[in-house]
Amino acid sequence: MLRNALSAATRPVVRSRTATTLSAGYPKVTQRAPTKYGGVYTVTLIPGDGVGSEITDSVKEIFEYVNAPIEWEQYNVSGVSSAGQDLFKLAMESLQRNRVGLKGILFTPISQSGHISWNVAMRQQLDIYASVVLCKSLPGYPTRHKDVDFVIVRENTEGEYSGLEHQSYPGVVESLKVMTRAKAERISRFAFDFALKNGRKKVTCIHKANIMKLGDGLFLNTFRQVAENYKSLGIVANDMIVDNTSMQLVAKPGQFDVMVMPNLYGAIISNIGAALVGGPGVVPGCNVGSDYALFEPGCRHVASDIMGTNRANPTAMILSATMMLRHLGLDLIANNIASATFDVINAGEVRTADMGGSATTSEFTQAIIKKL
Amino acid sequence: MSPVPSPVPIEWEEVSVTPVLKGGKTVIPDAAISSIKRNTVALKGPLATPIGKGHVSLNLTLRRTFNLFANVRPCASIKGYKTPYDDVNTVLIRENTEGEYSGIEHEIVDGVVQSIKLITWDASERVARYAFHYAQASGRKRVTAVHKANIMKMSDGMFLSACRQVSKEFPDVAYDEDLLDRVCLQVVQNPLPFSNRVMVMPNLYGDILSDMCAGLIGGLGLTPSGNIGRDASIFEAVHGSAPDIAGKGLANPTALLLSSLMMLRHMHLNEHAAKIEKATLDTIAEGKSITGDLGGKATTKEYTTAIINRLGRTT
Repeated sequence: MLRNALSAATRPVVRSRTATTLSAGYPKVTQRAPTKYGGVYTVTLIPGDGVGSEITDSVKEIFEYVNAPIEWEQYNVSGVSSAGQDLFKLAMESLQRNRVGLKGILFTPISQSGHISWNVAMRQQLDIYASVVLCKSLPGYPTRHKDVDFVIVRENTEGEYSGLEHQSYPGVVESLKVMTRAKAERISRFAFDFALKNGRKKVTCIHKANIMKLGDGLFLNTFRQVAENYKSLGIVANDMIVDNTSMQLVAKPGQFDVMVMPNLYGAIISNIGAALVGGPGVVPGCNVGSDYALFEPGCRHVASDIMGTNRANPTAMILSATMMLRHLGLDLIANNIASATFDVINAGEVRTADMGGSATTSEFTQAIIKKL
Repeated sequence: MSPVPSPVPIEWEEVSVTPVLKGGKTVIPDAAISSIKRNTVALKGPLATPIGKGHVSLNLTLRRTFNLFANVRPCASIKGYKTPYDDVNTVLIRENTEGEYSGIEHEIVDGVVQSIKLITWDASERVARYAFHYAQASGRKRVTAVHKANIMKMSDGMFLSACRQVSKEFPDVAYDEDLLDRVCLQVVQNPLPFSNRVMVMPNLYGDILSDMCAGLIGGLGLTPSGNIGRDASIFEAVHGSAPDIAGKGLANPTALLLSSLMMLRHMHLNEHAAKIEKATLDTIAEGKSITGDLGGKATTKEYTTAIINRLGRTT
């Protein structure tokens, strides 16, 4: 029963829509419509730590300029200390009301006494199980690799991020990685549906089933079963071990199309992917579940080192916001903003420091606004 | 110095590691095990684990038998073999006995599997100490522990605590910690800053990152590997056994050769290692006698002869 429900949830009625490669044509799975009054959507905004507030300010400025029908419900949650807990709860409630959100990355302390990752808590509590990260070479911004264009679909709610750990004996710690067939199935379906909708041809399952024979084995076998359903639709399925994938990515990234993987490998692969196309400042992403959609930069870095210096690259956040607009069906505005952003990068005159330029975040934002 | 270089003072005892059937299981022959036990240092070619159920990986058997706790994986750009990265010079040390490779897994109910990542203080401390020791011996001034302790607070947290404690014993080696995500990103964006340090990390991260670094310089055919253990140390090429070109005399022996140089350095035969290394790298850089995988036409034999000729010329 559960499995039927899950697969039904991830396979909504497919309406054909034209989508550029960077437009996330992920299934619109929101069963209740997002909160909308008088044509205006209410969206939860969590700027996050580090450069979060600077790059979300860019988004706000741009949205204001184009008069996007979005009303923000902003929560300045910070993960730097556990004192943000109450505000975090309010933000979660807001997300549950609005069903759509835009967020930066919240800091997570590494000390054992610190709070657990709120980023992960959000994904688990809202069951936004699919993280989608788009790694595509930007026109006009050459990196070491040309023609990179792949999508990372990452399981977001289980695996190594289960948070189940214990010390069974002093000096002996066990950390549980939990893998389930139900979640493996829905993420695999999501990946194939994504491939179908976006005209992609191949889905690669990334795993370590040679070592974790049961855990990753379950993921791989489930993927293979799901793949059977998409065979007649012309989607090729293959699989690759995660260490080999990392090696192939930095040598021949052109061979990848859509990749689907458990949680931790997603963290690794998305960072490698981001590095191939220009860094965390340019890679957009989102987290989608059957009820909620939360948009955030694909490469989840707080970047506290350049915080408050007005030097951050807002591209990833702006593109994530355009993905959000498309999710809400506001494709025209989304395309307008996305193409203005790409134009500015392509022209190469105004660029932030991470792309070898000297422009500030605000100058870059202004350049985009001029192109709108 | 004489024009004819002195031979390296190594006496080979050649044993076969081709698995044999013993009590219904494929195992490594006893002769090989006892030879390694006796000599404590070994050089090993690629070993194919039979695919199928019930076979314990032969590499895993070796690892367990000799307590090979640290896997050392240096990757340096090879002049003459162009990749998008020119300035790679990383050293990565991977905990090799536990972590995600503990092999403890079970299915709780149908469709729900738990895999246990096991981190112990002893193993973490042991690999950390080796990392610092390696840093000192190789003239690298920094050890970076790579972790994911923001998510796995207890397990990776303990790995970090062990590294921190060991770092106090090595005041001349700097110590810092970095998130796995950041390291992946930074190495691929710009590997240069990593050339002054040794990275140390738990098993799975090391597995993935070491292959990633190998990818930066052109693959596993050019990267050496050493397994340091309590009872023995085994140096090997980590690439596969390449059955497609086996027996044709076309294989590139560089990875194994570089591994053997790691072995010489491990045995403090640094001078010999440096000479052979120079001859090898010069041969590749010159590009006249290189094997097919590097874009040349030479056979394994011709490549080897070219290196030997260079050694003869060194005065």
